[in-house]
Amino acid sequence: MADAILRIDRLSKCFGGLIATNNVTLEFERGQVHAIIGPNGAGKTTLINLLSGDLSPNDGVILFNGRNITRLPPHKISQMGIGRSYQKTNIFAEFTCFENCWVAAQSRLKSSMRFFRPARHLQAVQERAERALGLCGLKPRRDIQASAMSYGEQRQLEIGMMLATEPELLLLDEPLAGMGREESLQVIELLRRLAKEHTLILIEHDMDAVFAIADQLTVMVNGRVLETGTVEQIRSSQAVQEAYLGVEEAV
Amino acid sequence: MSSLTRSLPLVVALLTLLLFPLFGSSFYVGLVTRIIIIAIFAMSLDLLIGYTGLVSFGHAAFFGIGGYALAIAFQDASVIPLWQALPLSLLAAGLAALVIGWISIRTSGIYFIMITLALSQMFFYYFFESPRYGGDDGIFLFLKPVLMIGSEDILNLDNENNFYYFALSSLVLTYLFLVMILQAPFGKVIKAIKANEHRVRALGYSTNGYKLVSFVLAGTLAGLAGFLEGAHTGYINPAYMSWHESGVAIAIVILGGVGTLYGPIVGAFIIVLLQNFLPELTEHWQLLLGGIVISVVLFLPRGATSLFPRLLSLIRTEKGVPLSQEESTKVDTDG
Amino acid sequence: MELSFYLVQLLNAVQYGFLLFLVASGLTLLFGIMGIINLAHGSFYMLGSYLAYWLTDVTGNLWLGILLGLPIAMMVGYIVERFAISFLYKRDHLYQVLLTFALILIFNELQQILWGTDVHSVPIPSILAGSFQLTENQSYPVYRLFISAACIAVACGMYWVIQKTRLGMIIRAGASNREMVQALGINVNRLFAFVFSMGVALAGFAGMLAAPVDSVYPGMGENVLIISFVVVVIGGTGSIKGAFVGAMLIGLVSTFGKVLLPEMASIMVYALMAVILMWRPQGLFGRAA
Repeated sequence: MADAILRIDRLSKCFGGLIATNNVTLEFERGQVHAIIGPNGAGKTTLINLLSGDLSPNDGVILFNGRNITRLPPHKISQMGIGRSYQKTNIFAEFTCFENCWVAAQSRLKSSMRFFRPARHLQAVQERAERALGLCGLKPRRDIQASAMSYGEQRQLEIGMMLATEPELLLLDEPLAGMGREESLQVIELLRRLAKEHTLILIEHDMDAVFAIADQLTVMVNGRVLETGTVEQIRSSQAVQEAYLGVEEAV
Repeated sequence: MSSLTRSLPLVVALLTLLLFPLFGSSFYVGLVTRIIIIAIFAMSLDLLIGYTGLVSFGHAAFFGIGGYALAIAFQDASVIPLWQALPLSLLAAGLAALVIGWISIRTSGIYFIMITLALSQMFFYYFFESPRYGGDDGIFLFLKPVLMIGSEDILNLDNENNFYYFALSSLVLTYLFLVMILQAPFGKVIKAIKANEHRVRALGYSTNGYKLVSFVLAGTLAGLAGFLEGAHTGYINPAYMSWHESGVAIAIVILGGVGTLYGPIVGAFIIVLLQNFLPELTEHWQLLLGGIVISVVLFLPRGATSLFPRLLSLIRTEKGVPLSQEESTKVDTDG
Repeated sequence: MELSFYLVQLLNAVQYGFLLFLVASGLTLLFGIMGIINLAHGSFYMLGSYLAYWLTDVTGNLWLGILLGLPIAMMVGYIVERFAISFLYKRDHLYQVLLTFALILIFNELQQILWGTDVHSVPIPSILAGSFQLTENQSYPVYRLFISAACIAVACGMYWVIQKTRLGMIIRAGASNREMVQALGINVNRLFAFVFSMGVALAGFAGMLAAPVDSVYPGMGENVLIISFVVVVIGGTGSIKGAFVGAMLIGLVSTFGKVLLPEMASIMVYALMAVILMWRPQGLFGRAA
């Protein structure tokens, strides 16, 4: 592949007797939206956890921009330019929206071990946080406590926090989970805009969204990669229809 | 403007404390000195419990080490130079916090509570069983530290009022120091760690480092309080570092208002006054104290200072200093 | 030193380990199933000892003392659970720690009101008062062997209940996944009340067994409590197996430590805990965080 931002080679993860990730080899091209789909239990979230450092693989290699990031802890992976949003909303509930983005934005300082001057004087962090807040559409909710917002808004904040760390590669775990029609459309628009300047790896069950924005699809079943291809290729693939899409809605 | 109105009660309190020795008897000045010292100890614990989310049940160890450093180094000295004694206590407490912290920080939740308890007990037993350091009789100090330049006495802490103002200055400086670091980038990170440590790591922070720094800073400040207590009473014994003291410290923080910094000061007043005057009511005053603590836990978990709702709403509007809410905060930082 | 000396120390270590196991298993179940950290657990051990002393004094017979004392201890446990502990289930560890600490203050004071500040001893029942000849010049108190035997019996009983009964299955399920048990519709209140009372009974029973050899004095619960915490931390919270292994380890380290390196004895136990936690922060058999 011409410009693979991320390469996964024979990645495996077992939990006791359960093989959650089975010899997965994949390449992700820079600047593309690459969706990972599959039935529940296919190992999609485990794969994302392996990429973000939340889990350590038993076997295999992960290369990001050519560098081996296989067993790095989550904070180091974040610092390398990989951002992650979570399926279960993972925000700072009692902080305001802005404060949530602030903490995320401040992480890009060389070091936060600074004790003397007030943090709010840091212009660069302020701008980064404001920008992220704007990008995810929560500017009007800037000073509202996160726990007081609607579920959909919290999902937006989830993405906003990730954006505030200015990542190169975005790992999105079911960003549309639990959202209604209108909210979903807004987030899909956001993802489309982000795709212009970032690489996205996306786990989603919402097929309309996936077909609308994905450049590449990977279908996973039982921890294995079944097939990878463009939207057209996957939609017309016999194997995929049998394994997965046939169970859901008619394509 | 809102921070000015927030500061008003604090300024009034400070003024009262400044003027107190003018109209208080020597006994009461000594008592308030003790309260101030315990307040410093409690504030340092609030940094851990209320702002970093680390429930340490061994904080008294650092309090005791601050006192023991003073007593051991200077028990036979003919003069105790302040500029030597104070840094020594701070260093000793800070080093102990570094060691205990380094072992403990890798654990979380209940393990952290238990390991801090057990490790501080280790220190307790060491001093309790060592004849060299006085065993359970402790060590007596017959001098007070003195601040000297050349051979001139600038500040002699032998004088009750002098000591009072020295302790009060320490309290104010400690408070300002804590406010400063909490508003700094460091403070933002540790407050976020208390709220959701997992997310802080996912955002790119190496959280263990921040927790350890917080732990060491808190331990050092506890050592400051221990130094002051040892210098003030002229006596140090292992009970200073017992888990009983650690437990009472937690009670002080909660009673006053966890996660507020000024709450522990209020808590110190309440508890030390109770400890002084309850025994006159009944010999079984620990029953009452236990009952009060239980009532606070059940009915007033945000402490005495949460009874001033106007004060709370003023604080809420100040940016960047989210008030820790017990209901929506998890101290448990597993996984 | 002779072999028989080490044999005696080994027997002491095992006996101490068994007593610790009884106390620690209650503590670990409490945390594993109910998510409660209970600092007052040592007070129940103390309660057991004082009940043994008082009831033996009154009835003249340790057996009767234990027989009457156990239900009393369980009742106290039930009351404490209903009126204090049950408010802690959904709370932060911080408040659990503080409330149970306050309970210690209250229990200590109640103990002084009821039984004063003197140190008491409890006579060993005459059948068990003899000595067992280990070797030609070393004997060992029969009562200490009895303590170990009684603990083994209790441990076997616990094993049977936990591994072979439906209740035990619920307990094991609860220890590994509390929320799931609640979601399954099991009456959690009754389960918790039962687990708590059992934990109190175990600690109290250990206190009763130990009373004739350790004497009964104010504040005796606190040493046991701290060491039990070390056992739970080493073994891993929620794990009975861990509590057993941890208790035995501590029994051995503590007993042989006192004999071989007396100045370092108290510290060795904590050093062991520190080493284990550095290697496995969740304890030997605990769930990984």
